[in-house]
Amino acid sequence: MFKMTPNVMRNLFHKKATRRYPRQIRPTFENVRGALFNEIAKCTFCGACAIKCPSQCISVDKKAGLWIYDLFACVFCGICVDICPAESLHQQSEHRLPLPGRETIMLKAEPKQKIEKTTKIPKEERDDSKD
Amino acid sequence: MQKTIIPFGPQHPVLPEPLHLKLTVEDEVITEVIPALGFIHRGLEMLANIRDFHQIIQVVERVCGICSMIHAMCYCQGIEEMMGIEVPLRAKFLRIIWSELNRIQSHLLWLGLFADSFGFESLFMQFWKIREKILDINEATTGNRVIVSVSVIGGVRRDLNSEQMRWILEGLSWVEDEIGRLETTLLSDYTVKKRTVGKGVLSREKAFELGAVGPTARASGIAQDMRMLQYSSFDGLGFEPVVETEGDCYSRSRVRFQEVFRSVDLVRQAAGKIPAGEVRIKVKGRPEGETISRAEQPRGELFYYIKANGTKNLERLRIRTPTFANIPALLSILPGMWLSDVPVVVLSIDPCISCTER
Repeated sequence: MFKMTPNVMRNLFHKKATRRYPRQIRPTFENVRGALFNEIAKCTFCGACAIKCPSQCISVDKKAGLWIYDLFACVFCGICVDICPAESLHQQSEHRLPLPGRETIMLKAEPKQKIEKTTKIPKEERDDSKD
Repeated sequence: MQKTIIPFGPQHPVLPEPLHLKLTVEDEVITEVIPALGFIHRGLEMLANIRDFHQIIQVVERVCGICSMIHAMCYCQGIEEMMGIEVPLRAKFLRIIWSELNRIQSHLLWLGLFADSFGFESLFMQFWKIREKILDINEATTGNRVIVSVSVIGGVRRDLNSEQMRWILEGLSWVEDEIGRLETTLLSDYTVKKRTVGKGVLSREKAFELGAVGPTARASGIAQDMRMLQYSSFDGLGFEPVVETEGDCYSRSRVRFQEVFRSVDLVRQAAGKIPAGEVRIKVKGRPEGETISRAEQPRGELFYYIKANGTKNLERLRIRTPTFANIPALLSILPGMWLSDVPVVVLSIDPCISCTER
């Protein structure tokens, strides 16, 4: 009938399982998918994040140089971070703090000039050079 | 005696999710039960027609938060089978490790809620204290606590190094010790037995006839576990399903309690046998054709039907979740029971209504 008693006694003399949260905060683990931020200076506005995002929380306007992120639609899956070709997207290990209202983050930068590609060599010429 | 209709749910202190049961009672004894579902339907299956087939992983993970990893794994298996992708063996083992961790945390959550359903609040707190460790392991290894989002078509997104593996195993030994301490409280306490033994008996024949799955079926003596099939690479691991024969609420809690140890054992085996190598292969092309995929969720057999037509969107995605299969069994065991036993019996099948309604 008193099967729980030993456990209760143990818990009485052991340290608490919970923390006094605002005063005592557990350090976050490495590589946790927390708040998303964009180093806009690196961003090429390619729009890959907007296409791949499963919750469609990112939209990119290449002409205007706008990167818009809906904080509350984000599901923190980290797919945009994985695929970002310019490596401008990052996830902090801290989670974002609560906000009083719905917010979107809008980042603006000058869209980078398209990098001039080296002129293509026609296929026949390339084949010749191989030989 | 005059019949009275008592609504049970959708908002009820014992229910974690909205399930509505119309209970017809005669002098506190239930005579008829009519369920009503549809309170949290989100139309996730239809999203398959709008979203890219890669993005559906994140959608199916949100069908049910508690078994997110297994939903994603089942979907990925289906698509991989359809596209003829051979997943690296290391990725398969990592999927097993994370899905078993998922199962442990789901069972611990249920054991806590079950204790709460018969008013054992302190036991509920104990189980949830242990569960926190598993969530920490998830957070440290995958990046998220509950919806882990590591499975992708062609493998997994993260790898575990040997130090992380050792840390997981240490954490699991602690979990095993702590749960072992609660074994006598949950399984041989007088009050717990008084509330659970002989309540809501589902016979083997009835369970088979009504198509019960998972721990509900295994508690009635049906040794049916999708992990026994060649799903992922479980065939390389020693696995025996936990089976009980009584079919009452007590056996169902016993099955789930033992399954936690079984899952800890599976993680240990997988960590010992995991081969080196890559964890993800590049996927090219689009799926075409139709397939079914099955996996064992904490609540039972999960079933996916996927139909694709070679475009980036799937034509049809149908998800049959274990609670959907277990509701007929629940309805068959409720008549004849006392009204006061309803919370315990309803919780004993581990209802996951978000899964059922998708």
